[in-house]
Amino acid sequence: MSIVSVKEIRKSYNKGRTQALKGVSFEVEPGEIFGLIGPDGAGKTTLFRILTTLILADTGSASVDGYDVVKEYKDIRRHIGYMPGRFALYQDMTVEENLSFFATVFNTTIEENYHLIEDIYEQIEPFKKRRAGKLSGGMKQKLALSCALIHAPHVLFLDEPTTGVDPVSRKEFWGMLQKLKRDYNLCIVVSTPYMDEAIQCDRIALMQEGTFLSIDTPQNIIADYSETLWAVKSDKMHRLLTDLRLTPGVKSAFAFGETHHATIDTRQLSIDGLTAILQESGHKSIDISIVEPSIEDCFMNLQKL
Amino acid sequence: MTDKIVIKAEGLTKQFGKFIATNHISFEVHEGEIFGFLGANGAGKTTAMRMLCGLSHPSDGRASVAGYDIATQAEEVKRHIGYMSQKFSLYDDLTVEENFTLFGGIYGISRQKAKEKTTSLLTELGFESERKTMVRSLPLGWKQKLAFSLAIFHNPHIVFLDEPTGGVDPVTRRQFWELIYRAADRGITVFVTTHYMDEAEYCDRVSIMVDGKIEALDTPANLKRQFGGASMYDVFYALARTAKRVD
Repeated sequence: MSIVSVKEIRKSYNKGRTQALKGVSFEVEPGEIFGLIGPDGAGKTTLFRILTTLILADTGSASVDGYDVVKEYKDIRRHIGYMPGRFALYQDMTVEENLSFFATVFNTTIEENYHLIEDIYEQIEPFKKRRAGKLSGGMKQKLALSCALIHAPHVLFLDEPTTGVDPVSRKEFWGMLQKLKRDYNLCIVVSTPYMDEAIQCDRIALMQEGTFLSIDTPQNIIADYSETLWAVKSDKMHRLLTDLRLTPGVKSAFAFGETHHATIDTRQLSIDGLTAILQESGHKSIDISIVEPSIEDCFMNLQKL
Repeated sequence: MTDKIVIKAEGLTKQFGKFIATNHISFEVHEGEIFGFLGANGAGKTTAMRMLCGLSHPSDGRASVAGYDIATQAEEVKRHIGYMSQKFSLYDDLTVEENFTLFGGIYGISRQKAKEKTTSLLTELGFESERKTMVRSLPLGWKQKLAFSLAIFHNPHIVFLDEPTGGVDPVTRRQFWELIYRAADRGITVFVTTHYMDEAEYCDRVSIMVDGKIEALDTPANLKRQFGGASMYDVFYALARTAKRVD
């Protein structure tokens, strides 16, 4: 049975002028890490707020841990952990006070569920007498995660836990989530604007402007990419992008780190032909090779602009 | 890019009590260069950037920006730079045009001149039809592009961009970099921070800060060679994991 079930949820703000969610449906299985991947304004936070019973959907239904988000909201609140995008702990209380406060609210103690947070809390324990407001960004994140876990929730909701965090710390954070899944079979619903984090999830929904562009495993979404993708390089990368776009037969071209990614209509333009055209335009050290698409390539391919 | 140096930091330092946030950093940035300023959270980037923008007084060392000393001529520095961050971009309750008029006014551009410039900028962006639109109702990607245009509206020598593409969709993120290239081609120096490692590849040169110090500074190609990494992510990872500061 699904632990999170969402059916045709719609939500609008400003008397219907802003449609935050335009009818989304999905299921999350126990022990799964489910990722909502999309830019700001995709509707990720609205979806979290509905599932954590903080706001009501306009239409549609949803259940979490077997309870209905409208009729049985109190039961849901007991069994979920929620880490909002914005730091929401008590800034004037110490690290330790925050943690014991959250334990008390949920009628438990730090000791009872300490095993769940041990790996994470250990890293901030040296600062347990420090006020939460005085912690660095990374430490705040670890405290917030500890507080969201201290009552041993059945589902953990994390709204953009890695936004604004550097790549090394992001990798570390995902390591913590993977361990929670592995050791405790915890179900985690997590959102992120960073496309490269999609591969950390068992299944993902690619989200844009209140709709899902695709829901599947990251591997299947990549396998579904219908085009052959080419990585193109030369000694003049910026001009190369313009030249690619002006070449008939090049269907799309965009910068992608150290190479440009392009799709090509090979009936119209061969790779040798493209190399020749680029050489004629003065490019040197030209390198064109097939590259496996990433989730970001897939997102752009599905994105409607 | 020209040979002219527009940012020069020499032993620039900021100390808060015992904590040395930015620890004797030295570097130069050339006119029209796209300079990527990277580092882990807590490495001291924001503190350094605040000093370079004339918002915070250095504890030691010195720096000049656009030819002005950041400690003694902070107001001149502010007049000759542009700044844009992810957090604050535009006034939501003003129209697109009103935002431009306001910023123009702050930098001493006349109403008439601001109006002309707004027209040419919006035409270039293909956004003329939204001139009277309230900024609130624009999609985020558009807001970020407008915010960038606004940051360079007064033709600054240098524009400082603090994580300008955070949370922006992949296509808009790339369009945003097109705007950066265009500004650099016009001679505006771009000083940019980002957590997207693919964007580090788009910079002319990149510096990476670790625990308050600049531990590496070179072109992306040279850095990859130096650290034996296939991508800028590898380079960043190799350096940032040596950090001792707890974050």
